[in-house]
Amino acid sequence: MSYHWYRGHVYGNDFGTDAPAQDGQAPAHDEQAFAALLADEDRIEPRDDMPEAYRKSLIRQIAQHAHSEIIGMQPEGNWISRAPSLRRKAILMAKVQDEAGHGLYLYAAAETLGVDRADLVDQLHSGRQKYSSIFNYPTLTWADVGAIGWLVDGAAITNQVPLCRCSYGPYARAMVRVCKEESFHQRQGFEILHTLSHGTTGQKAMAQDAVNRYWWPSLMMFGPPDDDSPNSARSMAWGIKRFSNDELRQRFVDMTVPQSEALGLTLPDPDLRWNDERGHYDYGDIDFTELFEVIKGNGPCNAERMAHKRGAHEAGAWVREAADAYADKHARRTEGAA
Amino acid sequence: MTDRPLLDYTLGLADDALVSAQRMGWWISRAPELEEDVALANIGLDQLGQARTLLTYAGELEQEGRTEDDLAYLRDDREFRNVKLVERPMTDFGVAMARLLLFSTYQLHLYRALSASSDATLSGIAAKAVKEVTYHVDHATHWVLRLGDGTAGSHARMQVALDAEWPYVDELFTPLDPTLTRLVADPSALRDPVLTDVRRVVAEATLAMPEVAPALGGGRQGLHTEHLGHLLAEMQHLHRSHPGATW
Ligand SMILES: [Fe+2]
Ligand SMILES: [Fe+2]
Repeated sequence: MSYHWYRGHVYGNDFGTDAPAQDGQAPAHDEQAFAALLADEDRIEPRDDMPEAYRKSLIRQIAQHAHSEIIGMQPEGNWISRAPSLRRKAILMAKVQDEAGHGLYLYAAAETLGVDRADLVDQLHSGRQKYSSIFNYPTLTWADVGAIGWLVDGAAITNQVPLCRCSYGPYARAMVRVCKEESFHQRQGFEILHTLSHGTTGQKAMAQDAVNRYWWPSLMMFGPPDDDSPNSARSMAWGIKRFSNDELRQRFVDMTVPQSEALGLTLPDPDLRWNDERGHYDYGDIDFTELFEVIKGNGPCNAERMAHKRGAHEAGAWVREAADAYADKHARRTEGAA
Repeated sequence: MTDRPLLDYTLGLADDALVSAQRMGWWISRAPELEEDVALANIGLDQLGQARTLLTYAGELEQEGRTEDDLAYLRDDREFRNVKLVERPMTDFGVAMARLLLFSTYQLHLYRALSASSDATLSGIAAKAVKEVTYHVDHATHWVLRLGDGTAGSHARMQVALDAEWPYVDELFTPLDPTLTRLVADPSALRDPVLTDVRRVVAEATLAMPEVAPALGGGRQGLHTEHLGHLLAEMQHLHRSHPGATW
């Protein structure tokens, strides 16, 4: 199978290939100076010279990451009104709010590279920029909120912890804040599932069903296998990526299997077992055709997610226009008075 | 013995906050801008927090061992004591901000007065809530000014929203049960201070004070609009589908 058309859809990970990252190639001597700067400083700041390809790739990755945080509000937001206890309702509202906050930090980090948040959001709305495919799966039961916290936030942390040391300063610093909150989310998700799996028969079945549905899509969050990730080498050289897709996926599996045992839930993979020789868990083949279908737009909720996001944006247009008009009026009044 | 009037009073405050939080939660991921998703979530969380401590206290007053969740999830609409202002649909941003202005201004005056109550639990809850609600009033004021004095379209839309909320304002000032007069804040004494504050914002927003009659029926007596039943059906269904389960 060919992955050449694979576009970034993994937040905080592989940012894929696309035309915009290729244009405006920096002259070779800049590349050399940049390589030296990277070797020397290990951290690039907005005022530093950087190759155009590096800048554009970072914009793409950070924007996609920001969009993922924002679209990710929807599947869990779906359960705010129905959370089964007031404590869980409060935790869930705070979690979804955190994701909006993550989006804000990340758009701000992208803006240090000379782009506008409004333009990035337009590109999301027009489908030119992507978000993580995991959010195109539905949250059918309350247990899905637990499974997303445990597995999806868990996978996000695995991807994002290394980004706290990525070469671009503003992105790395945003990741430090984000990762702290993501680890809360992961623990909260684990706690939801733990309560369910130690509850009634119906609750336990709900938890197992959610894990069955979210396990494979969570593994897909790390992107295609290394053999088919043409951009990874470049990202690694640029210090944006520190570990390969497969290394991160393995790290996630190794972390998650013992946690599933603590939960008393099984993971839906008959090939999952400890390999003494490798010192890792082996796992079965991932069906990437499903991932590509979701990326193409054929996932269970792609249309709903975009309709919700665009719908909210359009419904709020009159409010944003009013705020601008008010600001203009009052700026004029202040000038008039001066 | 249960002090029924005090219990009903506490449930009224709790249910106002709970039902309002439930409506506010809808906005998270649907706000006109990302900062507003964060702000409305904050406000909803504050209201939910108030509801939880008040419901817990109501459970203590009732002396039947009911928890915050028992009271939130296992009462039917006729047993809810919230005002009708907060229970109606709130999917228009103008409506949301008009209502928040009215409701939070009322809550601010009420909680201020209640923080001097001789009931130590209620005064403690109220003192904490005053800080939160002060921010809600600021936030609502900020938007009512922008929408009222923004574009011609937003001005018209904001006036429609304010007019539609107005019939439900009167109920906020339902007089206190006579046995409670020396104990807690009397809503009927808040009419002037609340309306004075609201009038000032409405005028600065270049809007007109609505002249519409109050809607009949009283949420404080469990006589609600048809909307509350749907809100509760959604809020309570999962909890009720698993009797006795912990979450
Ligand atoms: Fe996040
Ligand atoms: Fe998260």
